[in-house]
Amino acid sequence: MEHAVNPWVAVAYLVAGVCFILALRGLSSPATSRAGNRYGMIGMAIAVATTLVTHQIASLPEILGAIAIGAVIGITTARRIQMTAMPQLVAAFHSLVGLAAVLVGVAAFLNPAAFGILDPGGAIASVSRIEMALGIAIGAITFSGSVIAFLKLNGSMSGAAILLPGRHIINALLLLALAFFLYGFFDSQSPIDIALVTALAFVLGFLLIIPIGGADMPVVVSMLNSYSGWAAAAMGFTLHNTAMIVTGALVGSSGAILSYIMCKAMNRSFVSVIAGGFGAEASAVGGEAKVQRPWKRGSAEDAAFLMKEAETVIIIPGYGMAVAQAQHVLREMADRLKAHGVGVKYAIHPVAGRMPGHMNVLLAEANVPYDEVFELEDINGEFAQADVAFVIGANDVVNPAAKTDKSSPIYGIPVFDVDKAKTIFFIKRSMGGQGYAGVDNDVFYMDQTMMLLADAKKMVEDINKALAD
Amino acid sequence: MDFVSILSIFVMACFVGYYVVWSVTPALHTPLMAVTNAISSVIVVGALVASAAAGSPVAKWLGLGAVVLASINIFGGFAVTARMLAMYKKKDRK
Repeated sequence: MEHAVNPWVAVAYLVAGVCFILALRGLSSPATSRAGNRYGMIGMAIAVATTLVTHQIASLPEILGAIAIGAVIGITTARRIQMTAMPQLVAAFHSLVGLAAVLVGVAAFLNPAAFGILDPGGAIASVSRIEMALGIAIGAITFSGSVIAFLKLNGSMSGAAILLPGRHIINALLLLALAFFLYGFFDSQSPIDIALVTALAFVLGFLLIIPIGGADMPVVVSMLNSYSGWAAAAMGFTLHNTAMIVTGALVGSSGAILSYIMCKAMNRSFVSVIAGGFGAEASAVGGEAKVQRPWKRGSAEDAAFLMKEAETVIIIPGYGMAVAQAQHVLREMADRLKAHGVGVKYAIHPVAGRMPGHMNVLLAEANVPYDEVFELEDINGEFAQADVAFVIGANDVVNPAAKTDKSSPIYGIPVFDVDKAKTIFFIKRSMGGQGYAGVDNDVFYMDQTMMLLADAKKMVEDINKALAD
Repeated sequence: MDFVSILSIFVMACFVGYYVVWSVTPALHTPLMAVTNAISSVIVVGALVASAAAGSPVAKWLGLGAVVLASINIFGGFAVTARMLAMYKKKDRK
């Protein structure tokens, strides 16, 4: 096998793998994260250079051209993308990894000699057949699933859950058929079997993501992240390449852990998220007639006056802040409050936004220092001492029903104890709309709550004006 | 390398991944996804092997296609991660 010829080649791939571990390790704190990212780039450079140096390159200009095209598209996209659009960008990138895995798998099937996976009899080695077919299948699921996730996050198709009748049975049958043809390929090495595996996996990825919507998207994005890792690992098995195996395992576990964290923060099992349809079923319940309860409407001037006099203000941002692009004016408001001697903190729920860490990136973009931003468990005890809780674009994550009402669909979700704050300002577009889960929120009707009904950005701008006077 | 030694590397790497990822601060979960996305494009190694080899023209073009896709991811993924990480600042550093 050509891979075993030069021991330094294996060492080089191992070094690349270690660089990737260091890249993730660097992300344990923002201070070391930039060095971590550089390790990642170094690891990738080592892996690519080693491959180019150690293989018979029959077509170097074409390869360099292909890399150049990719580099231009990639860097242009990365520079231009808005931070609020990060979830769909990541989904789009996942789809590329998936498709690349499919292409590599098919290429390995067509030209097994180049990959050194022929057995002495001239057939593809049996272990390699499984690895290759699995790599193609996972890659194809990642690709079509990510395309759907991208379209949903980008607003190109309805973000709501789309439920096909009998979808669980359809999916189960597809999965069985997929397993059947995987075995068929292992047994026969037939091109028809591998084509069917590819096609079925594309359809399966599509159907798996279609029924998942809205606030479940963070789980989907993390899960597809995980799949793209497993696809790379499967290809690493085929190529006997340490860098790919290590990376695949790292990315695979990373995505799996993120999915787990997201599910826990929503108090839902991974299976129930994947089964889908959460939003659709819950909003049907929420559609029933409700008793009108009294609530208080506040103005920007009220908010400015009360917050200026406060000692501590805790801001709870949610997806609505991202939609309104209100992060910059929000930071301006915090600066003005700080100038009045007010202590300002930000409280971030693990599932706020459409991907893990979404709110943190937006606040960082608006120059909010990261040591003012706190996680749920670190800040939740402070609401009892806080003068003001300022909710902007969040809803379900401050709903006390999650703690008390066992019949509520959001029961069990860890929520912020905003109801313990002396005053609550709640920015919302209107009283009609509800949170993603479609449940009413008692916080709206509390004595200490003032509803600020407007677009989040417009309202914060008005508060800023009032603070400046 | 035989299958068992490859499998050992894989299993060990899963454990390393598990512990390393738990140490990532939640504030950096979005950059984590971007950077894992970039490094999972190490699949470019396979794409390069396919596009470099003589023997099958179809495999070569599939490989070249995969090189383009993976390169978009590598350059785009690292660039966007760098852009995000540059925004994370501490207090008092203006």
